Amino acid sequence: MKKILPYLVLIATALAVLASLRAPRNPGDYDIVEFGRLPTLVNGRIKPLDTVARTSLLMLQGRQRVTAPDGRGMAPAEWLLDVLYRPDTAHGYQTFEIVHPDVLAMLNLTIEQGAGGKRFSFHQLIGGLPELDRQAKLADNVESAVRTPFQSSVVQLRNNLILYQRFQNSLVGSGTTDFLASLAAFERALPARQAALTARRSGQPHDAALAQEMTELGATVAMMETYGYLLPIPPVEGKAEPAGWKNAGASLRESLVHGRLNPALDAYARIGLAWRGYQPAQFNEQVHAYRTGLDREIPGLLQKCDVEARFNAAQPFMTSMVIYILAFLVAVFSWLKWPEALSRSAFWMMLTAFLLTTAGIGVRMWLEGRPPVTNLYSSALFVGWGAVALCLVLEAMYKNAIGSAAAGLIGFTTLIVAHHLALGGDTLEMMRAVLDSNFWLATHVITVTVGYSATYLAGFLALIYVGRGLFTRSLDQKTADALARMVYGIVCFATLFSFVGTVLGGIWADQSWGRFWGWDPKENGALIIVLWNALILHARWGGLVKARGLMVLAIFGNIVTSWSWFGVNMLGVGLHSYGFMDSGFWWLMLFVGSQVAAMMLAGLPMNQWRSFRARA
Amino acid sequence: MATVLRELRDLLVSLKLTVVLIALSIVLILAGTLDQVNIGIWAVQEKYFHTFAVFWSVGDMSLAIFPGGYTLGGLLIINLVTAHLYRFKFSWRKAGMHLVHGGLVLLLLGELFTGLWQDEYQMRLNEGETKNYSESFRSVEIAITDVTDPAFDEVVAIPEPVLAAQATVQYPKLPFRVAVRAFYPNSAVQMRATTGAPAEFVRATTGAGTQLAAAPLPLTYKQDERNVPSAFVELIGPDGSLGTWLTSVLLLEPQRFEFGGRSWRIALRFSRHYRPFSLTLLKFSHDRYAGTEIPKNFSSRIRLNTPDGQDDREVLIYMNNPLRYAGLTFYQAGFDNNDTTSILQVVRNPSWLLPYIACAVMTLGLTVQFGIHLIGFIRKRRLPATVAA
Repeated sequence: MKKILPYLVLIATALAVLASLRAPRNPGDYDIVEFGRLPTLVNGRIKPLDTVARTSLLMLQGRQRVTAPDGRGMAPAEWLLDVLYRPDTAHGYQTFEIVHPDVLAMLNLTIEQGAGGKRFSFHQLIGGLPELDRQAKLADNVESAVRTPFQSSVVQLRNNLILYQRFQNSLVGSGTTDFLASLAAFERALPARQAALTARRSGQPHDAALAQEMTELGATVAMMETYGYLLPIPPVEGKAEPAGWKNAGASLRESLVHGRLNPALDAYARIGLAWRGYQPAQFNEQVHAYRTGLDREIPGLLQKCDVEARFNAAQPFMTSMVIYILAFLVAVFSWLKWPEALSRSAFWMMLTAFLLTTAGIGVRMWLEGRPPVTNLYSSALFVGWGAVALCLVLEAMYKNAIGSAAAGLIGFTTLIVAHHLALGGDTLEMMRAVLDSNFWLATHVITVTVGYSATYLAGFLALIYVGRGLFTRSLDQKTADALARMVYGIVCFATLFSFVGTVLGGIWADQSWGRFWGWDPKENGALIIVLWNALILHARWGGLVKARGLMVLAIFGNIVTSWSWFGVNMLGVGLHSYGFMDSGFWWLMLFVGSQVAAMMLAGLPMNQWRSFRARA
Repeated sequence: MATVLRELRDLLVSLKLTVVLIALSIVLILAGTLDQVNIGIWAVQEKYFHTFAVFWSVGDMSLAIFPGGYTLGGLLIINLVTAHLYRFKFSWRKAGMHLVHGGLVLLLLGELFTGLWQDEYQMRLNEGETKNYSESFRSVEIAITDVTDPAFDEVVAIPEPVLAAQATVQYPKLPFRVAVRAFYPNSAVQMRATTGAPAEFVRATTGAGTQLAAAPLPLTYKQDERNVPSAFVELIGPDGSLGTWLTSVLLLEPQRFEFGGRSWRIALRFSRHYRPFSLTLLKFSHDRYAGTEIPKNFSSRIRLNTPDGQDDREVLIYMNNPLRYAGLTFYQAGFDNNDTTSILQVVRNPSWLLPYIACAVMTLGLTVQFGIHLIGFIRKRRLPATVAA
């Protein structure tokens, strides 16, 4: 049994992964999956509507699932359909997350009224909107870095509501009766309406109702053009260029001039009518017809959108996260019982998760056309990936489940961190001008990130040393020596990569900003990592520390790296200030506290360590 | 005495000193980073890094409470060099370390020279505008220009240290004395209220300042705020005062006056450095990603001209692609006025190559050193298990 257990575990894990990668299926009669694959331009990138739905939900409520009032779970694209076409229904979905008690009080809401104690619907919020707006305007004047939690919550909720209302101006004019039907009959009715309006303007007899319709339409179009969030209407010619895509309002305005409706706008109107009219067959036919039309002109773009939608549904990083933490538990258990079987099992699990994460990162690279690290979210993914890659090497060399345990824990933690970094919007974002250089992104950013990975790995290996030595009897001489060698080797690796990465950053800065070194907080943070790693090496060579001292220093490296990666962003100053996270500050403090506690525990006299007491 | 010297030598070459110096450097850098929120990056560089000690004011006194960048950097160089000289035994196995440490010395020296020799200026160009000078970011000067001759202007520029001292200047080219009555490194300039403003804020008796009041403000260190220097200047001729002018960087148009049969202009402006060439902004482009305000690219198409006709060409300056010319480097730094003004950063740094050389040497050294370790480690593991254990 023990011999085949690892292979059974491998097969089970592989099957679980394959199951997660299956194509998404429609729960009912509507082909919502196909609708989710339709392309739109948002934030400078052409992406599937499915991505827009998911990232918007993450911004509104921190998760992608929506629960309808009747308890049924809804796919993000289905939520989007209701927001776009059935606003009254959508107003009842509890998708706005509010946690701050003062904000709840201001809106006359209680925790009990929210789904999960924190999610509220537009209907529940509507009474408090004027006050919310007033408070948000007051908070706007305060610099974001110094806002109180109340002010930050208020601003965030207000911005979320604006996003929501922008959706409602994206495909259907809000506040007009029967906009969609009117759109479907647009071309037929337009000449008569225009004639009526012209006649009214020149004071001649006219059909008042038609003229009024025309005026209303004009006002609606203007509103949609200003506020529409989606830009789903490609130009008639040259669809492959993002620059020509328009939002529905802009396209309609064009149509008013030419007298002809853009076919895409017509398609979305018919889709909307079918959705509103509860006509699944009609809905599916319209979606399919529109898609077939696009496929003739932009097959490449559509293929990218299909892959992205599939990627969204698969959620590879969620799956990896679960596998990593299980691998960690299995590896830790292997130090207590069944070492051979369990350590190999943990290794296979770790490897599977690593391959899945690699594939996920690879898909992201292909979708964006960029090297793997382009923003804070992708840096978190890559830090985890790099550390796990190093752990694979360590485990292959030492075969003592230490590599697997470290990989499981680091993989899990970095993916959780990444998940929280994804709550701000689309993580496949466009690169700002100075970052628009694949060369530097591929060299400086990757090298520095690998440096982070390695420093964290050294720190986590040291935590394993301290944990096993203090609390278990399993840290025998052989294991202790192996760990000491591992940590030393990884610190050497970290020194090289963090130094080279920092240097490459300096060269990039020289090409960009005119100076190699500017004492910018991020630069200082990176320098401190290099200096700390160098300090560890020099202290070791000078005989100032032995194994335990090495471990304590390596654990401190975790604090140093976290400061450089996240802490400096929170200062709010400097050229690298691109991510300020409120709740992130407390998690950072918690992590730092935990590492300080570990260092102090490690300082306990050696005869208090269970492993060394046993030997003595 | 010999014992003291020996102990000193032992200290200077010891690894313990290295570890202590590195730890102190980390603390210094961290403190500087945190203080940047309060006093801005320029002040931090002066206070922590380009100094021998970090001072803290206690009441009237300034106490040196921590070694500064020069001290730590200097001691690190001494420690490094003495350790190598003392223990110098060239061996190929140690070649990597020699390279690393040699490169490190170069790097530290490079940063020292940059701190001493680097100058930064800016050039603001409106589309179609030609300039043959760059301007300082921070320091100002009072420029008194004789514009009588249509063929050329003669400028006398009074630099900021003189203004700060509120001195009176007598200069051969000027037929009047220049008395700086007040200099405010940061100020607020407003229309004069009818009553109530303190006399020293409304000193101007002639020129644009007669309608204005200027009051001093504390210096701002916020990233997105600029200091607005102003000065009250009185010109005194042989027959008495010509009047007191308010000059300020806010008053973009120089103020005119006549004296001694000549036409003059007076203005407070950011210090200019005239160059033996001129740049003309042909077009500034600010490309955005479709449907957003996210910047995709900034670029300036510039015509470069020298008066002797040797250089007359077009260049494109954009992100990550500066122009290097005449010992200066021009970077795309910013823009203004609805994308019609391009702001270039101009840097002179004669030691700019040093960091590149140092880093290449250090990288080579690190790779060699760790490569040797790695190969040795792998070789040992290849030995039969009995021997290795």
